[in-house]
Amino acid sequence: MTTTLTLSQAYRAGVAEEMARDDRIFIMGTDILIRGGHFAQVLGLGQEFGAERVRDTPISEAAMVAAGVGAALTGMRPIVDLNFLDFAFGAMDEICNQAAKIRYMFGMPVPLVIRATNGIALGGAQHNNSIEAWFAEMPGLYVAMPSNPADTKSLIKTSLRLDDPVLFLMHKSLSGMRGEVGGPEDLVPFGHAAIRRPGRDVTIVTYGGTVGKAVQAADRLAARGIEIEVIDLRTLYPLDLETVVASVKRTGRAVVVDEAPGYGGVAAEVAASIQEAAFDYLDAAVRRVSAARSPIPNSPHLLEATIPQVADIEAAVDMVMREPA
Amino acid sequence: MADTHGAPEATMDLEPIDLAGMPPATLTEWLRTMVLIRTFEQESVRLSLAGKIPGGIHSSEGQEAVAVGSIRALGPDDVVAGTHRSHHHALAKGLSPRSVMAELFGKADGCAGGRGGSMHLVDPSVHFFGSNGIVGAGIGLATGAALGFHMRKQPTVALGYVGDGGANTGRTWENVNLAAVWKLPLIVVCENNLYAVETHIDQSFAGESIAGRASGFGLPSIAVDGQDVVAVHRATAAARERALAGDGPTFIEARTYRYEGHNVGEYGVYRTQDEIAEWRTRKDPIDRLRSALTARAALDDQAFESMVEEATATVTDAVRYADASAWPMLPGDRVAWPADQIEMGDR
Repeated sequence: MTTTLTLSQAYRAGVAEEMARDDRIFIMGTDILIRGGHFAQVLGLGQEFGAERVRDTPISEAAMVAAGVGAALTGMRPIVDLNFLDFAFGAMDEICNQAAKIRYMFGMPVPLVIRATNGIALGGAQHNNSIEAWFAEMPGLYVAMPSNPADTKSLIKTSLRLDDPVLFLMHKSLSGMRGEVGGPEDLVPFGHAAIRRPGRDVTIVTYGGTVGKAVQAADRLAARGIEIEVIDLRTLYPLDLETVVASVKRTGRAVVVDEAPGYGGVAAEVAASIQEAAFDYLDAAVRRVSAARSPIPNSPHLLEATIPQVADIEAAVDMVMREPA
Repeated sequence: MADTHGAPEATMDLEPIDLAGMPPATLTEWLRTMVLIRTFEQESVRLSLAGKIPGGIHSSEGQEAVAVGSIRALGPDDVVAGTHRSHHHALAKGLSPRSVMAELFGKADGCAGGRGGSMHLVDPSVHFFGSNGIVGAGIGLATGAALGFHMRKQPTVALGYVGDGGANTGRTWENVNLAAVWKLPLIVVCENNLYAVETHIDQSFAGESIAGRASGFGLPSIAVDGQDVVAVHRATAAARERALAGDGPTFIEARTYRYEGHNVGEYGVYRTQDEIAEWRTRKDPIDRLRSALTARAALDDQAFESMVEEATATVTDAVRYADASAWPMLPGDRVAWPADQIEMGDR
């Protein structure tokens, strides 16, 4: 049996099921007990589980993450909800130097989930950082970034059963996206990409907020007779290169799409991995479609010009199709 | 090896300490541990300068009473999290000199298997949540451990150390505030040794005292003589009692001094030899406890000398053990983050 939920509701449903199943799980964050978080992502959990397990914190990101790490070391399974990923800047040491390294240095598991909303929407430069690659690059961290409600519910449940720190990222503009979700034991494993749309001509690899744009571009290209395979990575670490490479070997052409600035991003990592693993199968250079190297503007017109749009993806596909075999 | 345990004539100028109510056997064990730490530190400094310890160390010589006084006030299941200068914490908490020395050497039998080093000593079996290379980070881990204990209604506390340098970093106060708001069973011990690397506290700290600053966060905060092991113990024991009663955290500023530089091999011109000599002669924590025990006829020179010999033998054994221990891997091997081998999503 399936239910239709928004992405925020799907997250909440997954967390509620896991909290009921495992009393070591609790949530810490600002404005979560009554307000339910800035994206209604935990709305109602305060009433359901009480103030001990849905803990309102001061605006102290460093202490929130540190307390999460320390509590995890005693056997608890905390979720630290940063609301916006931009607020992780105030806890970078705690995330990267403590949470990420303790299992390696100390041999102690750190079952910690850090949930945050990222991705680009209105709101200007300081609330729209796409820094998911920073965390994916950091040894010791896992990064999940679902593109739909079903994966959100399944991946948060998986995250809460892992013994290592997970950055669980939810795209702002998908908060209200509706979709069917799975049941209590429908878990998506980390490191398993999904093929959103099969196709024989070009592979588009993407994740999170740009999956929808890639599918739209694929629909438009299909009208012109170009069949696109869209791969949704779902987790940025571990990366499911197996699925990506198998697809590129079939299509011979690849475009990697994300919303972060291209320099050193997830798209760069995927593009490099494709040429290492499937160079002889490529009929064209791998193209990246990423954001401009710019802080994010607030004005909608400027914003549109800064980040990848459906037309940009279409244009990149046209380029890889034009290059001679 | 150990050669600075005060000559009898120097004890004339020692500041007295009050042993009232403390059983001699307990005090003798504290003295023995302090002597062990000092012997260990003097030898590790020597080995570091000799190139046996990769990466260098931060010696805790001079600060023995803070570690022993505070950790002896804890229960065996209480958590301790340290700082970059934490050999004394680790040894007082019960890590074996062998496993610590082997870790300093980078060997497989080290407490972190050679992956940690001086700033990442650890032993979950004695609830030592690590020395820590980042200023103020240890008290964050202790805050979280205290939260875990609080939520599980577990009758244990967590103690986090920080230095005077850490009194000027934001994360320290974020954690103190959070612990105070949530009344967590946390004890913060600030080892104020006057210098953050080479910067004197007068040049970096506004306000009357670290303890005074902490009191603004709404928790009991006191300053104690960190070279008086009994005073440190009394303050920590009272803090632990409060924590277990559900009355929340306590901040203790322990005024202490490190005899060595910030790091081994430091060429320091930021403090005078007279200042160091003053701390070494009049305030030395080992000499003061030894003298007080001697005055109570609970210790004689022979007993003290045998403590030093015992410590020397223990440290010699630890060095031999560390030397004999294998390197964790062969040259040319590549390491992957161990979790890469974990079956994802299978649990």
